[in-house]
Amino acid sequence: MADTMELRDIEVWDGNMAASQALRQVQVDVVAAYPITPSTPIVENYGNFTANGYVDGEFVMVESEHAAMSGCIGASAAGGRVATATSSQGFALMVETLYSASGMRLPIILNVVNRAIGAPLNVNGDHSDMYLGRDSGWIQFDAYCPQDAYDLNFIAFKVAEDHDVRLPAMVHQDGFMTSHTAQGVKTMTDEEGFAFVGEFQPMNDMLDLDHPVTHGVQTEEDWHFEHKARQQHALMTAALPKIQEAFDAFEKYTGRKYNLVETHMVDDAEMVVVCMGTSVETAMEVVDELRAKGMKVGVVGIRVFRPWPLEQLAEVLKNVKAIAALDRSSPHGTVGMLYNEIAGSLFNTDTKAVLTNYIYGLGGRDLTKVHLVGIFNDLKANMDAGKPTTALQQYIGLRGPKLSFF
Amino acid sequence: MLEIRWHSRAGQGAVTGAKGLADVVSTTGKHVQAFAFYGSAKRGAAMTAYNRVDDKMIMNHEKFMAPDYVLVIDPALVYIADFTANEKESTVYIITTHMTTAELIASQPKLEGKKVFTVDCIKISQETIGKAIPNTPMLGALMKVSGMYEMDFFKENMIRVLKKLPQKIIDANMIAIQRAYDEVK
Repeated sequence: MADTMELRDIEVWDGNMAASQALRQVQVDVVAAYPITPSTPIVENYGNFTANGYVDGEFVMVESEHAAMSGCIGASAAGGRVATATSSQGFALMVETLYSASGMRLPIILNVVNRAIGAPLNVNGDHSDMYLGRDSGWIQFDAYCPQDAYDLNFIAFKVAEDHDVRLPAMVHQDGFMTSHTAQGVKTMTDEEGFAFVGEFQPMNDMLDLDHPVTHGVQTEEDWHFEHKARQQHALMTAALPKIQEAFDAFEKYTGRKYNLVETHMVDDAEMVVVCMGTSVETAMEVVDELRAKGMKVGVVGIRVFRPWPLEQLAEVLKNVKAIAALDRSSPHGTVGMLYNEIAGSLFNTDTKAVLTNYIYGLGGRDLTKVHLVGIFNDLKANMDAGKPTTALQQYIGLRGPKLSFF
Repeated sequence: MLEIRWHSRAGQGAVTGAKGLADVVSTTGKHVQAFAFYGSAKRGAAMTAYNRVDDKMIMNHEKFMAPDYVLVIDPALVYIADFTANEKESTVYIITTHMTTAELIASQPKLEGKKVFTVDCIKISQETIGKAIPNTPMLGALMKVSGMYEMDFFKENMIRVLKKLPQKIIDANMIAIQRAYDEVK
């Protein structure tokens, strides 16, 4: 039986500590990990908690991120509650096994502390790794601050382990901007935290000798398509309602409310930025300041990135006249992902907003409030003109000559 | 919103100092933020750390800051780091040095006409803690200059923040904090 840790109602934690405390409170059975900056403290803290008797679990040291996720897959298939953490190059090395985890329908939780992917090598936060994961069949939650990183871990376990879902989930947070930034985090007691998620109920676990099953099978054209379609069916039909259910339950439990699509001052907004991570909160502050000057502006934050909340996003954007999609990842060869997803969400609707794209913050480059004011000024010009007054894709915070495309 | 920027060398404890301060301030019901610029910093490299304090939830995550207080915990950084970056007219400087405030300003003309306080956090930490860890004494000096909290309240909370350290080290830190509080000019 693990020891209880006494927490204050509000602890000053960075995003990494917040995530690792959640892993401790849900009593993860196995963490197989190969630590990488800036996610290192998540698994380091879990190892510390385990060694000091605060978790009845197993920390497995492995030789690479590929092996880390492989270890997690084995432990999850065997019937354990399993989690790990990674970033950047480590995430990239894990990609092959991410598809195995989702294809085998194993409810593993992966904390991804978002970081740039080299070359050039860079340890700071952008969304390159998060974007890389988006076709891998995992549920992807996005935290904007340490409180979110704590809360969304509980929600992720609750959703992923649901027998109607049985899909792995990632909880993303911005490298350094969240992971190494200490802020007040409202805590649950160990008992409350565990009770929200409950005992792990394995399904088709390998070590159930009365009901033997096969994991990691080969299927050729006879069955592969059906397996993939069934996996997509679960992600597309079961996941969003279960996430909403978990958000509702969490709000009842803690008073803290999460939404598939987060909005701030959007109801009567004419100009809106859509973004993810810490930028959402900074943009909220800018919106409050611009509202005081009479600009009808708002922010939309993507909370659940996969499955993509297509209908919910179309609904919140339906009356908006100008939209900026802010992508913190270089799309290399096209417009940013958020631009494409928003365009796809609105294309068959009556909404005819002017949509433009901004690439920002690569490798941890600061997104300042002044930058955001500049974007809203562009949106005002677009709205007044009824068409883009700038290139479709621009760069924000880039030194040297202005760069834009399309 | 109160904003503080720390100038330090990696290894001198600015991050710990910033997080410790955030922890203490948080117990009074205020909202806090503590962060740093890391890069691939090596021990001894110049670095910055930051605090924000507000009565309402802090939503701003930009790294840009026009600080109310600049805390310099390594004496050489006033000559090599851009420690006056984005300053306001009201910015207060608390600087670790063995010099008097007048001598320091004479050696670094950028400080002329500014609100400058000096304290020798390096010497204080060497004489109390036994090594040059100038972060906790700087917090003592900040308490004096800012009048943020009563010393007893602050020390009581710092004991909790430092609780994982051996008692001897905690006691030495308390003496260091008090000395910097008394000696800052």
